Amino acid sequence: MTERPSAGAGRSGGGERLTRWLVSLPPTLFLLLFFLAPALLMLAASFRQPGDFGGLAPLLVDGRLNLSLETYRFFFGDWIYAEIFLRSFLVAAATTLICLLLAYPLALLIARSERRRRDVLVLLVILPFASNFLIRVYAWIIVLGPFDLLYTPLAVIAGMVYVHLPFMILPLYTNLEKHDPALLEAAQDLGAGGWTRFRRITLPLSMPGIWSGSALVFIPVLGMFAIPELLGGTRDILVGNLIKEQFLDNRDWPLGSTLSMLLTAAVLALAAIAVRAGRPRRGTA
Amino acid sequence: MRRAGSPLWLWLAASAVYAFLYLPLAIVVIFSFNDSLLNAEWVGFTTRWYGVLLADEEMLRAAGNSLFIAVVASLIATVLGTMAGIAMQRWPVGLLRALPFLVLTPVAMPEILLGVSLLLFFRQVLDLTLGLVSILIAHITFSIGFVAIIVRARLAGMDESIFEAARDLGASPWQTFRRVTLPLILPGVIAGFLMSFTLSIDDFVITFFVAGVGVTTLPLQIYSMIKVAVTPEVNAVSTLLMALTLSLIALAARLAPDGIQGRR
Repeated sequence: MTERPSAGAGRSGGGERLTRWLVSLPPTLFLLLFFLAPALLMLAASFRQPGDFGGLAPLLVDGRLNLSLETYRFFFGDWIYAEIFLRSFLVAAATTLICLLLAYPLALLIARSERRRRDVLVLLVILPFASNFLIRVYAWIIVLGPFDLLYTPLAVIAGMVYVHLPFMILPLYTNLEKHDPALLEAAQDLGAGGWTRFRRITLPLSMPGIWSGSALVFIPVLGMFAIPELLGGTRDILVGNLIKEQFLDNRDWPLGSTLSMLLTAAVLALAAIAVRAGRPRRGTA
Repeated sequence: MRRAGSPLWLWLAASAVYAFLYLPLAIVVIFSFNDSLLNAEWVGFTTRWYGVLLADEEMLRAAGNSLFIAVVASLIATVLGTMAGIAMQRWPVGLLRALPFLVLTPVAMPEILLGVSLLLFFRQVLDLTLGLVSILIAHITFSIGFVAIIVRARLAGMDESIFEAARDLGASPWQTFRRVTLPLILPGVIAGFLMSFTLSIDDFVITFFVAGVGVTTLPLQIYSMIKVAVTPEVNAVSTLLMALTLSLIALAARLAPDGIQGRR
């Protein structure tokens, strides 16, 4: 990609500047209003009190701001919430690991196929993924129903893996496809066996793909509520279900907002880790 | 170059994963033609579940809503997303340097967070009755990023000098856009539209939070059916939806082969 300083950025006349604002302002305003403002509102709501009939209590009580760390204290004071967060992390980790184990051979095969065949094999990965999310979950109700496996943690993980697998396969494939086959040939000429070549060359080189795939699976799984609800039992609920409950059933918005903020913090931390770890290291190739 | 082909075990493992991807959906399709109320064993061929489906007014109304929302939301998202894509690629200066954050975060974060924060915003600040408008706004919000990514990818490969040439020849910014930029990015714009159309018609999680009680979309309707009882009618609607998505993909691939590849 040829990066040139965009023309006119420096010597922009009035017309150029006007164009720039006319083009960038509408989407910016829209997202400020409907993405950033709601996000900030949620942050603020996490410090407020629940209203008597759901929703939020008045912000001003007797002329004083009615803000507190109450819901955060509540969260950290009750082991059950930490347990559900922990369970969500475990489910996300298990899902990511299984996705990785399933995706790797497939991605490797596609990357090592002839160029003409690759597109077809990739399309075959994307196609089932194009059907509606709920249909893919529903399919597992039918598959697992006869085996008495429905409403178990196993069913939840099966559904999670099924729904998120392409997110692991595609980045892995994109990475593996770029590997230079000459490296493997050289290793073979030097007497390295298949396993050694994989462990010393392919695997280390594919780490960026593994990291981005893992982030793409782990993060959405962490916030998922529909799969535990449809495939899991009452004891399999995750953070997503807890959040949904606060907003739609209990109508305890401050607690729901607090849980959402904690989930956001977890997601941001994970994304930062993945970006940092996935950065291709220099000198390893 | 010697390319020894892939070993047998790799083929076997990969085939097993493909089977894992396709078998559950195949079972859904097969049972949609099964002459039994239970999705348990094959009894005989029938198309009556499709008949039941076509007579289900609630389902048809939900489908109509979904279609309307998808068309309107993706048209607006395409316009706004194209603008954002152009702005991100052309002017990474000043305040606009923050634009990618604004555009891409909604794409990357768990859907539930966008859903509940919009719910909070609509109810608390705008005091909006949840329904068509709130669903439309939510769908536009999460689609803008996808369109912008595709359009930016399309623009990134282009030589800036074409736009300079147009300007030097005296074209106004609008003429440059209309006669030069737009024709060049059109495949990306169309791919972006189709992508946001699919996202919108498929969306469950965000819609679930912002729909309120009055308006149902197809995924919401399917969800409430699955929650109550599993009937072959769900198989039939699933099969039809899969057929629809497949045709859309085929259409997209035909219209914009390279635009689609710029999607990730």
